Amino acid sequence: MASKYSDQANSRFGEIIITTLEGVPGKEIIEHFGLVQGSTIRAKHVGRDIMAGLKNLVGGELKGYTELLQEARKEAVERMLQQANFVGANAVVNVRFATSSVAQGAAELFAYGTAVKVQ
Amino acid sequence: MDLIFLVILLGVGYFVGSYLEKKHYQDIKKRERQTLHVPVVTFGAKQAIPHGNEAALFLGSVVVSADYFKMFASSLRNLVGGRVVVYESVLDRGRREAILRMKEQAISWGATQVVNVRLETSTVGSQSGGKGLAAIEVTAYGTGIR
Repeated sequence: MASKYSDQANSRFGEIIITTLEGVPGKEIIEHFGLVQGSTIRAKHVGRDIMAGLKNLVGGELKGYTELLQEARKEAVERMLQQANFVGANAVVNVRFATSSVAQGAAELFAYGTAVKVQ
Repeated sequence: MDLIFLVILLGVGYFVGSYLEKKHYQDIKKRERQTLHVPVVTFGAKQAIPHGNEAALFLGSVVVSADYFKMFASSLRNLVGGRVVVYESVLDRGRREAILRMKEQAISWGATQVVNVRLETSTVGSQSGGKGLAAIEVTAYGTGIR
């Protein structure tokens, strides 16, 4: 049974199921391991910043930033999965994401959930 | 001289900005019609899901910004307060785009519904010394069921 968080196919922890639900459909939780989390802080680089500044004139999507944050979020999820893997979980349930800007030009991407063992 | 520059910026912002917005809305509406068959719901955590189904996390995100004209209009708006209509459409577009991206990924995986969807909005570092609305990230995530 494959779990696919968009690019999870090439994740090292591809077999860990991630859901925003409180359980995994069709399976039963047999053990709780508690909270697992992953976070990363990324800053924009100057080239992208200049491009975004130009794009700011006409509005709309800032593709460079979207990509940057997607990459960063992937990293955060990966770290969360690493923790889950460490405690021996095979699923992470009730996953939530949070983003906060910690400094000028830097953002923290944060993912957390509950590591469980399902059967 | 400064005034001419400002007028040019405002003009470019207004005309190009509203053209792009119109095109984006057309695109969003088209894709929303195409993905209408898959329901997106914000509940699901406490509902029982039929046995034997598969679940996976899906995420869609987009960073949007307002154009120069909108920033100018909102700074005028700030003087008297009230509804900032020009920014409402920016966030509306962003949110719908994020949901669509999540949905399209889920559909290509074979999802029949997306449950327990959460939406998140955050500012990702402002340019020009924190003046105006710089970049807003909208994230939509949920669990696809097939």
